[in-house]
Amino acid sequence: MAKIDIKGESRGLTSIEALPIILVYIVIVVVFMITAPETFLGYRIYQSFMSTVPIPLILGLGLTLVVAAGEIDLSFPSIIAFSGFIFASLYKNTGQTLMPFIVALIAGAAVGFVNGVLVAIVGIPSIIATLGGQFLWSGLTVILSGGLAWNVRDVRNEFIHRLFVGRIGGVLPAQVLWALLVAVVLWFILNRHKFGEHVLFIGDNSEVARVMGVNVPGTKIILFTLMGTLAALSAVILTLEMATFWTTQGSGMLLITMAAVFIGGTSIFGGKGSIFGTFFGSFIVGSLEAGIVATGLGGFWTRFVVGLVLILAVALHSALGRSTGLSAVSFLSFAFRKQKGGDSS
Amino acid sequence: MENATLEVRSLTKRFGGLVAVDHMDMQVYPGEVVGLLGDNGAGKSTLIKMVSGVYHPDEGRIFFQGKEVKMGTPMDALELGIETLYQDLALAENLDAYSNIFLGREKTKPFLGFIKVLDHESMREESKKVLNRLEIEIPSLHNQIKTLSGGQRQAVAIGRSIYWNAKLLILDEPTAALGVHEQRKVLDLVRLLRSQNIPIIIISHQLYDIFSVTDRLVIMRRGKKVAERITKDTTPDEVVGLIIGSEEVERNNRPG
Repeated sequence: MAKIDIKGESRGLTSIEALPIILVYIVIVVVFMITAPETFLGYRIYQSFMSTVPIPLILGLGLTLVVAAGEIDLSFPSIIAFSGFIFASLYKNTGQTLMPFIVALIAGAAVGFVNGVLVAIVGIPSIIATLGGQFLWSGLTVILSGGLAWNVRDVRNEFIHRLFVGRIGGVLPAQVLWALLVAVVLWFILNRHKFGEHVLFIGDNSEVARVMGVNVPGTKIILFTLMGTLAALSAVILTLEMATFWTTQGSGMLLITMAAVFIGGTSIFGGKGSIFGTFFGSFIVGSLEAGIVATGLGGFWTRFVVGLVLILAVALHSALGRSTGLSAVSFLSFAFRKQKGGDSS
Repeated sequence: MENATLEVRSLTKRFGGLVAVDHMDMQVYPGEVVGLLGDNGAGKSTLIKMVSGVYHPDEGRIFFQGKEVKMGTPMDALELGIETLYQDLALAENLDAYSNIFLGREKTKPFLGFIKVLDHESMREESKKVLNRLEIEIPSLHNQIKTLSGGQRQAVAIGRSIYWNAKLLILDEPTAALGVHEQRKVLDLVRLLRSQNIPIIIISHQLYDIFSVTDRLVIMRRGKKVAERITKDTTPDEVVGLIIGSEEVERNNRPG
């Protein structure tokens, strides 16, 4: 029946899988170039994107792996607060930068590790375990910080500020290179390494993976630990960029990061994850607000448009994925069977 | 007498108060196809899951190739050469055939001298070889498993078991949910493997399948072994009686 070789020669076709989303991004930018030429034809707006998008991007890259394994992490906004607090307070109290940075990363990793143990060993569904973690760690941060924002203006003179958020050549924000590095490493892990293959197998069917000898709990713990570490890295970048720590600094990140991951084509059902997709998904989500405001629509439209793009993108992925490259007919017949109440294994 | 490839002695597994497998003894000899029979809930799947390292026995011992083995994880069983084809847990749907064949035991090659990366090229080549050896045709190694037919899926799953030079192959309902033609193909595969001296345990509800490929039958009821028969010395009627309990057969056969 299906005598079509839908996949290319190698697994490098993540790049091709994300093609629709790359096109969507180009279309969005072109539209904004037309509706807001004075903003979108200059370089400053792109410079601004490159300073703001890396944070949801780094988070989204980590979350892509977690979601590809069939899990979810809702706790990363609180890790951004927690690790940011640790970094800011250690810096303020010691004047050092490297030690606070490392301790902040370790703290993020530790929170992630706890999430992983709760999910993989104790057996709490990840949505609940990490929802609990979200309250717990942001609550702890508020308690420890007294609920105050901390100004760390002096950090602007430190080397670590130049390293993570400096402007290379006076133009290019350093954080975009860090995000790019994370993207390259995670793409490699997901598509070229055993670990990524196991992540996909677990997301596809964790029982099959288990009986075939994959270490399912271990892999999940590593994934959540990785997610915590990346959230801590984002926290440090954010704190450095703003030269301020505040207790709710991660709270706006949850929904836009998830939107970026799903716009990029990673499946909530697990077994499928696209690093390229998340990369462009993050830039789509990050560009919309600026574009909408510059167009003159007013910021109130942002959420509406993000929602629209998210739904359209996921519908597109679903249509492309379900029909496995055959035709819209098989997609429709699938949808029909599903409606008739058939179990969609 | 030749040494058994697999021998289980007094193997027992309890789930809470339920005794799923109750002091089960069983042997499998080289080159032999053993049919494991029993009604739903008789404990067949639980038994084989203990042999393949998925469950840990509460009591009893497992001997493989003459040595006692303790399997902590499914990987331990796979490393011994015990390959299992699970009824419900065969393949990862979203991944392609060769990724499934190498699931959990991916081939890698060095990259930059120290990082091990997946060797897709060689996995594809090896998959092609094993599928050819079994005379299995699938449209493309790159197709996602969910686009294959039931028989093609089963073929990939069997191909996976064979590739690793199984020393014991366990097939749990290998022909369930297959078309007639595909069933025959799977049975041909079983015969082919027996001719290569690989011992096989096969679980099936299809008596026709069982009688056409097995040498010996082990019948379980409520977690216990109730009978053992040489296939050519018994009949489907007797086997059915043993599976459901002969008293019930007599009652049903009574007129009125």
